[in-house]
This record gives sequence, structure tokens and C-alpha cells, in this order.
Amino acid sequence: MIEVQNLTKFYGAHPAVSNLNFDARQGEILGFLGPNGAGKTTTMRILTGYMPPSSGTAKVAGFDVVDQSLDARRHIGYLPETVPLYSDMSVRDYLTFMGSLRNVKDIDLRVDDVLEEIHLEEREDSLIGSLSKGMRQRVGLGQALVHQPDVLILDEPTIGLDPGQIIEVRKLIQQLGEERTVLLSTHILSEAQQVCDRVLIINNGSIVAEDSPGNLQAQMAGAEKLLVTTPAGLEELKPLLESIPGVTGVTDGVELNRFEVTTSPGRDLRPEIARKIVEAGMDLFELGTAGVSLEEIFLQLTREQHPEDNQEQD
Amino acid sequence: MHNIWVIASREFKQYFVSPLAYAMAAMLYLILGFLFYVNINFGLQNGQVTPDGRIVIGPMITILVFITPLITMRLLADEQRMGTMELLLTAPVRDFELVVGKWLGALGFIIVVLIPTWIYPLIMNWMTQPGIDQGVLVTAYLGLALLMAAMLGVGTFVSGLFKNPFVAFLATEAVILGLWVVGALGSGSGTVSQVAGYLGLVDHYYNNLYRGVLQITDVTYYISLTVLALFLGAQVIQARRWG
Repeated sequence: MIEVQNLTKFYGAHPAVSNLNFDARQGEILGFLGPNGAGKTTTMRILTGYMPPSSGTAKVAGFDVVDQSLDARRHIGYLPETVPLYSDMSVRDYLTFMGSLRNVKDIDLRVDDVLEEIHLEEREDSLIGSLSKGMRQRVGLGQALVHQPDVLILDEPTIGLDPGQIIEVRKLIQQLGEERTVLLSTHILSEAQQVCDRVLIINNGSIVAEDSPGNLQAQMAGAEKLLVTTPAGLEELKPLLESIPGVTGVTDGVELNRFEVTTSPGRDLRPEIARKIVEAGMDLFELGTAGVSLEEIFLQLTREQHPEDNQEQD
Repeated sequence: MHNIWVIASREFKQYFVSPLAYAMAAMLYLILGFLFYVNINFGLQNGQVTPDGRIVIGPMITILVFITPLITMRLLADEQRMGTMELLLTAPVRDFELVVGKWLGALGFIIVVLIPTWIYPLIMNWMTQPGIDQGVLVTAYLGLALLMAAMLGVGTFVSGLFKNPFVAFLATEAVILGLWVVGALGSGSGTVSQVAGYLGLVDHYYNNLYRGVLQITDVTYYISLTVLALFLGAQVIQARRWG
């Protein structure tokens, strides 16, 4: 559904995106992950026909975004980062306008459906300016959906929402992603982890990693980490656990009474650790795996890009 | 065509929920009404009302020179400022359809505002014997519509250059007044003077259309200026994509 080849975009002499290659299949939710300024928005703007690339090609639903721009745009629903709304229009009028621009048939019925999908049936006559931020985000999502596009491109769709709204929007995206292709940018890693089938990590305009969130974690997990919660102190716990073969370190965790235990990979040491603690007469409240978070992978990958510490891992 | 229509009708409707549009229309009617009253009153005191239906058109043009930039200033500038331009430029709409749609919405609005001003010539017609020259009046109004189309075209184009509607207003005003003044240079007899005379914005109006003379050169002038302005507007949008 999305095919990107050697995509490059220069702003003046500075490459915002250089030599990007990726594609997305139908029914796939592809996460675009990267720090601010990595080139996510630029890539999305090229795909949506907002700006042409300096070189390289991109196709959406089989149409070239430069040569067949209008055809490509017909297949795309786009939610830019700053949700573009007319605050002096009502929700219904706005969705009708956006739908008419995309030549939607039976526009009133379709707007009814969209209002239901974004749960704003009761606010259809409210002016957009009077809506809360979360509702406005949903209206923005509504305009991206109104013409039932094959491809949805969402630039940071959950930014600025409260936790309840975030969960709601993510759920909606997951539903949408069942049939459609969704390209979603975010710098919230847990979001990518939860929502996306596949993640592209982009930094300084290039892709630095590409895989499913699970695989990325497995790939990067050099050492495994366990979390132990016990009222004992570090000074008692450290010698005790380090006597177990395979345990390489015990440190204080982020919370009180919670300790991080690093172990060499390949063996599950939880039973032994539990036994050791209980045998020593200490209380054990909790014992679990922490794994390497996407956060850590992300930091590691984007840090590697700096020329000063050029340590390639693979 | 469909897209132009969708954009134009949204723009047209938006004027009717905008307080600024009502304020402008109210100001126009008040000033015209006042001038009309003063004129008629003066005529009655002298026992003679001149049967000229265009009594309000002269002052109206002066007012419109300041009103049209107010109408067009936010057409494209506001879309830039609010970020909605991104929406329009990623919708399956050609750049010229966007610009023409915006312009057409503004033109529709100004025509609706101008229609009630016809009431003054009607009153005049009723007050005088044998009434006013309808042919001159119709030509004068047709010319007014052409002049408006051109000024709104310029305003739409200039609005595309800026993010700030107020700056767009000032710049449009400068261009319109500039085109007005250029015409004043056309009173001489040299080639430069002739060219200047042809370029002048209001001379085509006052010298011919206002007098009931419908000439192809004047109509061509306004239509060409409108088309040129809208073409440049579309180019500006195109250029923004590359920026």
C-alpha cells in the first residue's frame, strides 16, 4: 500500500530525510518512531502530497505521489501534527466539507457514521472551537476517515491527550488498522509497542532499525533483567543473589524496596532467586522480568548515530 | 469544478457567521444611506433632484477599495496560520481550484452585499420624472462587478503570500492603491503615459463603464487582471509546497 524508495528531502543544504526505503502492507499498522526533528513529519508530508521529495519515489495505493498526486491523495486520510480545524465551523459542517472535497457519496449518511465512530454524535452541532482538546483530536481523525481511505497517515495522533483519551484513540486506531494500512508517527515508545505491528526507528532522516516491537526487543536483549521486590536492604540482598551462578549484578531500582537484578541471557533464574530469598528468611513480595524496554533500544539506536561514539552493535 | 464549488460555498457561508463581514456591510449601508439622504435632501431644497441612479456608486467604490482587502485578507493567510492549509493541500484538490474557489466565495459574498444598494437607484427612479437611465445603471453595476472581481483576485493572491491576515490586508491595499495611482499617470500623451493609463485600475471604470459605455477593452482589462491574479495565487501555493 505504501512503497518508498530512496526518498530524500533537502531543506536548503540540510537533508531532512535521506535515502529512506520502506513499505507497508494492507492491514498493517506501521509505527514511525524517532526523536523530534528526525524526519517523521517530512516523510509523511511527502507521502500525502503536501510537498514533493528532492529525489526518490513514493507510491501510495499504487499511485506515485508526485506524478499521480491527486489519485494518491484520494486514497489517503491524513491527520497532521497540528490538528487542522476550522474553529468557527460545527463538527458536522466541517466533516461534510472535508467529505465533499473528497467527493464522498451520500455525505450526510457517511457523516452520521463517522460521528458515531469518533463518539461525537451529541456534539455534531457544536462549534469546533468550543470542544475539548481530546474531542478536537477525534474530529481531526474523523476528517481523515470520512472518505474511507485505504491508507491512514497519522502524525502523533495522541499528543496532548489525557490518559483516558489516549487509550480511546489507540483503540480506534487498532480497529482501523484491521483493514487499512496505518502509518503512525510517535515518540511515545509504549504507544508503538502497544499499537503497531511493525516499527521503523528513524533518526537524522535515516532508518536505523525496522522490525516488530517484540523482535526488536528480543534482538537487543543482550542481558536480561529481573525485578525483585523485598523489604530487605541492598547490602543483604546483593551478596546473597550474586552467589547464584548467572547473576551478574544487583542494583537499587527506581522504587523503594525494588531491586534490579541483571542475569546472563539464556537461563530463567527466577525459581532460584525466589528460593534463595525465602531460604534466607526474607520476605519476597514480587519477582518478575523487566526485559529491555523499547525506550532503551530507542536510546541505544539513536545514540549510535552520533559520530563521537560510533560503536555499531551488529 | 466540483472542488471549486465546495470551497467557494464554504467560504461564502463563513462570511455570514463572521462579525467582521456584518460590520463591513453595515458600515457600507450606513455611509451610502447617509450620502444618499444628504444628496436627495439637497436636491429637494433646490427643487430639483438630478435623476442619476449612480448616485451611490462613486462613494461606494472609494469604500470598497478599503473593504475588499478586508474580505480577502484571511482567505489564504488564515489557512496558513491555522495549519488548515496542510489539509487543503493534501486533499485531492488542484492548487488553482483552491485559489479560484476562495476567490469565488468572496465574490459571491460581495455581490450579495452590493445587491441591496440597488434600492437607492430604485428610490431615485420613483422620485424623479421620467426616472433614471436603466441602461447606464446596469452597465455601471456590471462594471462594478468586474472591478470587484479584479480587486478580490488581487486580494486572494496577496493573501497567499502571507501568514498574517493584517499584513495581507496592508499589502493588498498597497497593490490596489498602486494600481489606482498608476492610472493617474495616464493623463499625458506619451507611450508610457498610455500604458499607465491602460494599467490604471479604476480609469477603465470611470471613463467608460460608469458612463454606460460597454467596451471590449475595459472588460478584457478586468478579466485579464483577475485571471493573472488567480494564476499568480496558484503559483504562490505551488511555491509554498517546495518551500
